Amino acid sequence: MIALDVERDMHGAAGPMRLTVQAEIESGSFVALFGPSGAGKTTLLRMLAGLIEPDRGRIEVDGQCWFDAARKINLPAQRRAIGFLFQDHALFPNLSVRENVAYGAGRDDAAWVDELLAQTGLAALAARRPATLSGGQKQRVALARALARRPALLLLDEPLSALDAALRAQLQDLLAGLHAQLGLTTLLVSHDLGEVFRLSQRVLHLVDGRIVRDGSPAQLFLQERAAGRFNLRAQVLAVRREDVVQVVSLLIGQEIVEVIASDGDAANLSARDTVAVSGKAFNPMLTKVV
Amino acid sequence: MMNLDWTPLLLTFRLAAVTTVILFLIGVPLACWIAYTRSRIKPVIEALVSMPLVLPPSVLGFYLLLAFSPQHAFGHWLDAWFGIQLVFSFAGLVAGSVIFSLPFMVQPIQAGLQALPRSLLEASRTLGKSDATTLFRVLLPNIKPALLSAGVLSFAHAVGEFGVILMIGGNIPGVTRVASIAIYDEVESLNYAAAHFYAGVLFIVSFAILLLVYVLNRRVAGTVR
Repeated sequence: MIALDVERDMHGAAGPMRLTVQAEIESGSFVALFGPSGAGKTTLLRMLAGLIEPDRGRIEVDGQCWFDAARKINLPAQRRAIGFLFQDHALFPNLSVRENVAYGAGRDDAAWVDELLAQTGLAALAARRPATLSGGQKQRVALARALARRPALLLLDEPLSALDAALRAQLQDLLAGLHAQLGLTTLLVSHDLGEVFRLSQRVLHLVDGRIVRDGSPAQLFLQERAAGRFNLRAQVLAVRREDVVQVVSLLIGQEIVEVIASDGDAANLSARDTVAVSGKAFNPMLTKVV
Repeated sequence: MMNLDWTPLLLTFRLAAVTTVILFLIGVPLACWIAYTRSRIKPVIEALVSMPLVLPPSVLGFYLLLAFSPQHAFGHWLDAWFGIQLVFSFAGLVAGSVIFSLPFMVQPIQAGLQALPRSLLEASRTLGKSDATTLFRVLLPNIKPALLSAGVLSFAHAVGEFGVILMIGGNIPGVTRVASIAIYDEVESLNYAAAHFYAGVLFIVSFAILLLVYVLNRRVAGTVR
């Protein structure tokens, strides 16, 4: 059980703000910290890791006090039983894949290192240097290394954001598997809804340094959002007249879509405008892809 | 050519070698401190370390001469407690040379450390390693080119030192008469042949050292990347 009650003044992109978080996290759960960038997700994760000191409050993990501003306790990162996955992997360039993993393990733990390399599918790459690996391989090394110390708490700072969709899915499966198998408590920072949905049992939705919503992904994203219609944000690329109708080209995500608009609507639109596209539940077509 | 005196050259290289070793011991911790500290006095320390780059060697030599002399408090204390006299002695040359070459050791190492991603240090900490272990197993091995540059620049700078040594060491054969001083001395007494000999050796050795560094640096950079 993790008991968090921390405060820290931050300098966000929109000026100063205060991160105030109170939460309790069950051992063995997979919790996502979800929210827009600058909301304080990474800062919160780094406070748990001991890489940033909160201004006020306390952090208690499994009955052990890691931080208490009032009693001036601040356990250094070295003495917190954590594994931390950095966004940029942070692999040691001077060490081989195996040496990177072994760095986190104890001295006589060669068997454990072998097991981790096998689990993460890295056995064949053990002698390679990090610089020769692909992004997905690097993140698997970083994951194996973070687990080498046998942490109780795994902290993931947007570890998959730089990878393409197929690799992401592969690594998400690996994460979910290791989380269950090793009985970890895992905290994942992410602003990818699909990832949060796929991996976590509970979501803490952070906005401007506060938890605004707390619940299961289904509670947060299905019941509250699931209405009979959907809304997408789109950018207007062009408006042109074709015979009797106005055709508006829209960029939705990475897709270009053409929509018919009335003369009155089209008159108000020009390229680079941002618009909301909404549809009713009965008109979209669903096709299974994977 | 046979009766040429090799002592000044040997003395020069001994001085440079001892200086470089001592500078590594002082420079690495100092550079680490400067690279990672959030202390308010960091700019003061940085400025002090870099002073030898801008001060005329004679200014530094003059103050060191005063500080080292047994008539003054520091020199007197050294003499009384340790029996060390730094004025007109080899130990004094080493001390002056260490201070004078300090920026050449500290700055490349500091720049190398600052160029490393901070997440390397943080990753090592979250893996439970002490900062000393992190330094020797992660940070220093990843700034080898910077360490090489720092060592060689310090060595080369100590070889070329003249002003400070003249001020605090004088010109005692076999003790403080290094090659740069010997050249000046020989030219003053119009003994151009000897001056040519010392100057030529220094020229060739300095070039060879620097060439070696750049060749090695290319190779190290090639294997790391």
